[in-house]
Amino acid sequence: MSQLTFARAINAGLRKALDNDPKVVLMGEDIGKLGGVFRVTDGLQKDFGTHRVVDTPLAESGIIGTAVGLAYRGYRPVCEIQFDGFIYPAFDQIVSQVAKMHYRTQGNVKMPITIRVPFGGGIGSPEHHSESPEAYFTHTSGLRVVSVSNPQDAYTMIQQAIASDDPVLYFEPKRRYHDKGEVDEAAALGNALPMGSARVAAGGSDVTLVAYGPLVKTALDAALAAADEGVSIEVIDLRSLAPVDYRTVEASVRKTGRLVITHEAAQSGGLGAEIAASITGRCFNYLEAAPVRITGFDVPYPYSKLEMHHLPDLDRILDGVDRALGRPNSLSGLEG
Amino acid sequence: MLTDDAGRGANQAPEPANSVKNPRRTGGDLVQLLTPSGERISHPEFDLWISDVSDEQLGSLYEDMVVIRRIDAEATALQRQGELALWPPMLGQEATQIGSGRALRSDDFVFPTYRDNGVAYCRGVAVPDLVRAWRGNALFGWDPYRYNIATQQIMIGSQSLHATGYAMGIQDDGADSVAVAYFGDGATSEGDVNEAMVFAASFQAPVVFICQNNHWAISEPVLLQSHVQLADRASGFGIPSMRVDGNDVLAVLSATRIALDRARKGGGPTFIEALTYRMGPHTTADDPTRYRDPNELEDWAAKDPIARLKALLDRKGLLGEELEDRVKAKADAVAAELRSGTINMPEPAPLDVFKHVYSEENSWIERQKDHYSRYLESFSGSVQEGAL
Repeated sequence: MSQLTFARAINAGLRKALDNDPKVVLMGEDIGKLGGVFRVTDGLQKDFGTHRVVDTPLAESGIIGTAVGLAYRGYRPVCEIQFDGFIYPAFDQIVSQVAKMHYRTQGNVKMPITIRVPFGGGIGSPEHHSESPEAYFTHTSGLRVVSVSNPQDAYTMIQQAIASDDPVLYFEPKRRYHDKGEVDEAAALGNALPMGSARVAAGGSDVTLVAYGPLVKTALDAALAAADEGVSIEVIDLRSLAPVDYRTVEASVRKTGRLVITHEAAQSGGLGAEIAASITGRCFNYLEAAPVRITGFDVPYPYSKLEMHHLPDLDRILDGVDRALGRPNSLSGLEG
Repeated sequence: MLTDDAGRGANQAPEPANSVKNPRRTGGDLVQLLTPSGERISHPEFDLWISDVSDEQLGSLYEDMVVIRRIDAEATALQRQGELALWPPMLGQEATQIGSGRALRSDDFVFPTYRDNGVAYCRGVAVPDLVRAWRGNALFGWDPYRYNIATQQIMIGSQSLHATGYAMGIQDDGADSVAVAYFGDGATSEGDVNEAMVFAASFQAPVVFICQNNHWAISEPVLLQSHVQLADRASGFGIPSMRVDGNDVLAVLSATRIALDRARKGGGPTFIEALTYRMGPHTTADDPTRYRDPNELEDWAAKDPIARLKALLDRKGLLGEELEDRVKAKADAVAAELRSGTINMPEPAPLDVFKHVYSEENSWIERQKDHYSRYLESFSGSVQEGAL
């Protein structure tokens, strides 16, 4: 066991993947000498060389498009998109090529590409640096989408993503990069929880609170605060956003009868809507209340002095928990 | 031998004997080795790369061009007869596709467009597989690794990046094969083609960009895409380029060999603009009479790629009954194979819709597949009831 920051944990996972498989190649802007703008790839080019840790020209479609060609050739590219808001120039290559190649070729051509995306807000950034674009990709068949919430998962799941023969979007909560946690670097990957599985992050019996990425910590804090008031929240860290591990969510909701989902991304057409619909379908007879979504608003990501209003925080989540429990809350008395 | 280990290409590109070896050109005058009337004109630089082409091989290039024109005509007929939903004819572009396709080694890897069926034929793709997607029986017709030719890209220009990435992989492997991207004049406006040239130049990747300038991107003339010759764009990326008569199979063969040789020897990418003409519609759903001057078609018909090679063969006294009969028999056989392969293509099963979305199990897909199969089974139940 070692104490690692989130960023160092990903770095250690990348290093292990580079060590274990000569076909693993890292690509991205500023990932070489600089070690990435968040230093996630720090020292890797020095140790593995410029052919395995490749500083690319500033062209996101170019990064993903050439990764497709490398995958064709049998490589396992790990692409870094520098910030969430910079992924859109690559959207066409991701959606039309990466996601569909396996289907298009009837399984003959595999696309074991991992696309790392620092995402989410809360760090006072300018525009395009705080977005949560995951729903565009969970809606795209052929992709796997994961988001990690703690250094241990970050370390394990980056290796699982790289080892997967399917393309994986790997969303890293940038505001948690400096959080520290225990990481077991010696544990065998084969014994780890599968990448597609959700995890019960805190047991509880009154309400199920589903979160992923940066908001898992906020959700755990909310559960602690609620416990002081005698409310028992079960926090589920989704980990995999596509596919969602509904069995784990279902098991929890059958127990609690109440569901709150939280994410930073905008509400309409978001992942929370999908989870609410699916769980309502699967657990209708167990639900005591309508599922509640606590999310970012349907606005472009605002300037930083307003971001604390946009981002779900502990109090807004607890307000949602009250709504799910039928207790007095900010919307009490409001119909529809 | 012109044929390579796959039986079609020409891996034994001759090493030019004198010092005029592979200069880095940029665009420049149109290179033509064979005039529309079949006259062979000499060119000090490009002749060197086709000095090995024998009379017999000229006949074989002619055969391939006739055969792919026949494939094109047969597929168009199959579309008109309702056997294919759509077909993108390559009529007029035979010299570019055969001239370049036959220059390749079997371990080179091609990233083509939907119109590059002549190139696919050169790679040895089974003829019915060329129409599998157009019949709606698959998204794409063959295993790319079997013939070293990727999916025929429908998104304009995307494959240029795939070729460049593949070439970067070749480089890392220390191999001397080459990735080849085919695209059209319209694609040169796409960001991906421009990004591909940036990456190819930066990493000096062993990739050849073959731009078939057929003058039309559906209804849009090439002038709408570029106000400079397309070959001249390459110099802005630091990529050497050539501008060749794309209806001259010898010029295309020579230029492709020059580019392949450079890439194999670590000289990086090359851009070839092959000037040709799309004699037919964009696809069978298109109507070029709405946007094209018929005189233009006549002008290009006079520069037909097959007619001029035939004229050369005639001038050389090679166009005997034997060759004509052999070529006709081959074209007839291939067309018959295409027709019967199309009509007898096995139908997919309903649950195949869920196949190969992922390479590993996916709970969302499994659930939808399970539910849909139950739904389908519910009909088989009602059919039985109806029978009672």
